[in-house]
Amino acid sequence: MSETLAAKRPHRSPTAPPRSFVWTRRIVLTLLSLFAATPIYVMLSSSLKPLEDVTGKFRWIPSELTIRPYIDIWDTIPLAKYFWNSVIVAGAATVLSVTVAIFAAYAVSRYNFRGKRVFTISVLSTQMFPGILFLLPLFLIFANIGDATGIPLSGSRGGLILTYLTFSLPFSIWMLVGYFDSIPRGLDEAARVDGCGPLGALFRVVVPAAVPGIVAVSVYAFMTAWGEVLFASVMTNSETRTLAVGLQGYSTQTEVYWNQVMAASLVVSVPVVAGFLLLQRFLVTGLTAGSVK
Amino acid sequence: MTALTTTDLTPPRAVDDGAAGGGPTPGRRRFRLRLPDRLRQGGLPYLLLLPALLFELLIHLVPMVVGVVMSFKELTQFYLRDWTQAPWTALSNYEVAVDFDAPIGAALLDSFAVTCLFTVVAVSLSWLLGTTAAILMQETFRGRGLLRALFLTPYALPIYAAVITWAFILQRDNGMLNHVIHDQLGLTSDPTFWLIGDNSFVSLVLVAVWRNWPFAFLILMAAMQNIPQEQYEAAQLDGAGVWQQIRRITLPSVRPVNQVLVLVLFLWTFNDFNVPYLLFGRAAPESANLISLHIYQSSFGTWNFGFGSAMSVLLLLFLLLVTAGYLLFTSRGRKGEHV
Repeated sequence: MSETLAAKRPHRSPTAPPRSFVWTRRIVLTLLSLFAATPIYVMLSSSLKPLEDVTGKFRWIPSELTIRPYIDIWDTIPLAKYFWNSVIVAGAATVLSVTVAIFAAYAVSRYNFRGKRVFTISVLSTQMFPGILFLLPLFLIFANIGDATGIPLSGSRGGLILTYLTFSLPFSIWMLVGYFDSIPRGLDEAARVDGCGPLGALFRVVVPAAVPGIVAVSVYAFMTAWGEVLFASVMTNSETRTLAVGLQGYSTQTEVYWNQVMAASLVVSVPVVAGFLLLQRFLVTGLTAGSVK
Repeated sequence: MTALTTTDLTPPRAVDDGAAGGGPTPGRRRFRLRLPDRLRQGGLPYLLLLPALLFELLIHLVPMVVGVVMSFKELTQFYLRDWTQAPWTALSNYEVAVDFDAPIGAALLDSFAVTCLFTVVAVSLSWLLGTTAAILMQETFRGRGLLRALFLTPYALPIYAAVITWAFILQRDNGMLNHVIHDQLGLTSDPTFWLIGDNSFVSLVLVAVWRNWPFAFLILMAAMQNIPQEQYEAAQLDGAGVWQQIRRITLPSVRPVNQVLVLVLFLWTFNDFNVPYLLFGRAAPESANLISLHIYQSSFGTWNFGFGSAMSVLLLLFLLLVTAGYLLFTSRGRKGEHV
């Protein structure tokens, strides 16, 4: 009932938009849909094609549908190992990054302290620096730390986790500050009155109230780590290789198994695309909360 | 959760303090309550920030400083084991980089020019598509949620999966794009090379726009949700049509968001490494040799990290300059508008 009411009452105007607008909308949105969807269709359909279909002329419709590529991808390259590496690296980076961001965002949101502006601005500004600027020194620093202490950061998952967690940190802090600001201070003051310390108030009141924001930030952090290419290309070896580098393995074979490449691309995309689409609403709210500030 | 205000209730800790102190006046009690809180406040925020600061220092600030130091050194492969031992060369790395008559400097300048052109075209197109879609999808209509999910998918895909798919589409002989424009539509006499030669610039723009416009769409959609409905209603009472409402209300309302959005798109696009690296492999065609990839290739191709760092520092200086100028310019424009 309420749904039909909402559908009948458009967001912007109570009167119906003119035909010219409706037709522009139809045409433009159809073109944009084709633009967005065509590569996705190519990926999906090619992943279900037999090898002859992808080594010859392109065909829109597979000559026959087969799930063979989805079985073969695991044998052509050690995909399971890369997948596992990506899960560990992205998972650990996400957990650490979000935890660190929660503490930092709580400080920025709830306290006034000297250097607050400097902190927020300098942390956010690291986002603008080109990755290549950090890559060369970090490569050497990790190697030096490894030589000096025996902790293998270069080529290890640990080094990559450490790097990735800082990539999502600035944006996560920024989004969480927006979220925490939208939670009434009265709530944590009440908790303080009930005998909670500041950390108690954070974990018993603020964090539970900010779950949507925290989930959105986690998805963002996971996507960042899951998709990173530049650092993965120089900081991993054959044992610690992540999907970002590993997937290129199909192309270095004498023959490119395009159907398998597409199947593997699809398999590695599903976790992040599903997460992102499910949580896009939270992400939008989080973005707005952060930008209102 | 009950809504409590501090005036309703005396904090239990204050009561305890008061009991221990032997019945102070309410005024003194409040003073005593505030003091420990203040002391705590002094250190606690910094303690909470410490982990974030440490990680930022280790991964961003220290490498940046090291990178600047490296750029003044002759840091070739012989010194990679212990880079501190590399001899100082003062500005010679920079001199090589900006000597545009020599092949190395000329290559850097070419790459810089390509990157600038690429950034202008790709950012404009991404912003235009994002704005258009956000405006057209402001009102609810059947299938809007589905369409939004479809539009966001290119941005949600892992970049390598997306670009590899484009590499498949852009192949000369068996790719989808040539199948359409050559085989099906007959627009070209020969199949086009998309991944080598000058056309690779077009491919680069195509893939980058396909990837990035959903981000502009997402941000602008969020911004447009915050425009108060009353503004549109008032405009309608004044007889403003849909197009006028877009021009007079929607676009001006999202100006502050656009200021940040365009900057972010600019920085991402200018620093883009992924699209050319994944699309062309290690040898990008000259017309698609973006600056990040150029620095990467010359650094890991020759192992001359000193020179690579010098180029990175120049890139950073350029970005800082543009960003500062941009922020100065756009905020002045906005201030003038409010007066």
